[in-house]
Amino acid sequence: MSISYYLLLIVSAVLVNNILLAQFLGNCPFLGVSKKMETAIGMGMAVIFVLTLAGMFTWMISHFLLVPLKLDYLRTIAFILVIASLVQFVEMVIRKISPTLYQSLGIFLPLITTNCAVLGVALINIDEGYFFLETLIFSFASAVGFALALIIFSGIRERIDLGPVPKPFQGTAIGLITAGLLSMAFFGFAGLG
Amino acid sequence: MGKVLAEFKKGLWDEIAPFRLVLGLCPALAVTTEAGNGLGMGLAVTFVLTCSNLLVSALRKIIPDQVRIAAYIVVIASFVIIVELVTQAYFYPLYKALGVFVPLIVVNCIILGRAEAFASKNPVIESMADGLGMGLGFTLSLVALGSVRELLGAGTIFGIQIMGKSYLPFLLMIVPPGAFIALGVMLGFMNMAKTNQQRISGLQNNPAPCCNVSST
Repeated sequence: MSISYYLLLIVSAVLVNNILLAQFLGNCPFLGVSKKMETAIGMGMAVIFVLTLAGMFTWMISHFLLVPLKLDYLRTIAFILVIASLVQFVEMVIRKISPTLYQSLGIFLPLITTNCAVLGVALINIDEGYFFLETLIFSFASAVGFALALIIFSGIRERIDLGPVPKPFQGTAIGLITAGLLSMAFFGFAGLG
Repeated sequence: MGKVLAEFKKGLWDEIAPFRLVLGLCPALAVTTEAGNGLGMGLAVTFVLTCSNLLVSALRKIIPDQVRIAAYIVVIASFVIIVELVTQAYFYPLYKALGVFVPLIVVNCIILGRAEAFASKNPVIESMADGLGMGLGFTLSLVALGSVRELLGAGTIFGIQIMGKSYLPFLLMIVPPGAFIALGVMLGFMNMAKTNQQRISGLQNNPAPCCNVSST
């Protein structure tokens, strides 16, 4: 595996197959916490942190526990429990080690358990048959793609709030249409892969 | 009996997901390139939602408060594994088309949301009615969104040719950006219908009726 292979994997995960805009994973927080740029940045950082850790842990659980014991069919339940306890654990560690970091990330951590991006990437890692290093890089790059799209989107949304939007379309409806236009912009990267 | 019916009916229009309750967006956007996939996904969610509401409601006095979310997730995940294995065995093309979104039913916020907001506080029959209504409402939305996208993007509905051979497909509707735009526009029109409905009932000086399913 050469360097260019890994670079391609990163570009593909961040831009071409962006997890939010092309694969539709994690859309609930995408529309929920994108009203202010600050919260979007906090959520983005929390997702990068948790998603990378969760990708590593679920890969190890799958390869060292589930596959040797022939328990593959319990994958979904095992992964969601690992992610839920990991999120709790990360929350406790951050609270002990860095109270300032906890203040900025703390409120987003419980929300991440039900963020389908985390479970989705963990499942894609296994389905694609990635090795450990590939898993690590793919999880991190996907999360960076998530944060990038979320932060851009929150910037646009702050501007839209000032614009004259027809009443029935205010709020979520115009948000979805904006997301469609943003997704179209990311579609332009399709030639890169 | 009336209460059970009311719980069932509210999911079909008043609180229809993902339009009224903006939850469960990921599967709604991802699998609705064809009406048939939307129907399959909707029915899978309906099954999991009804069963998990039933079990959560039956166990609501036994589950300790501190660990209730974890308990709900285990209940939901068990039913999702059943769905996963059954679709893999008997509906393989559908399983392939839905891909990673079958296991992802676990983290569909509608299911955990109904378990926490409704089933954990209400008796078994009402909870089942709530789950069934919410699930069928979700199915209805997915089929509607899938039909619009398939009709404009390929000229067919459920694979049946509607627009005629000379129709040039509007490809945007099939690709990801089209999913966001179609859902956004449909949501806007639903809001418009809702305001109209309120204005009419306001003119007649009536309190708004519980729900007007006929207008779907």
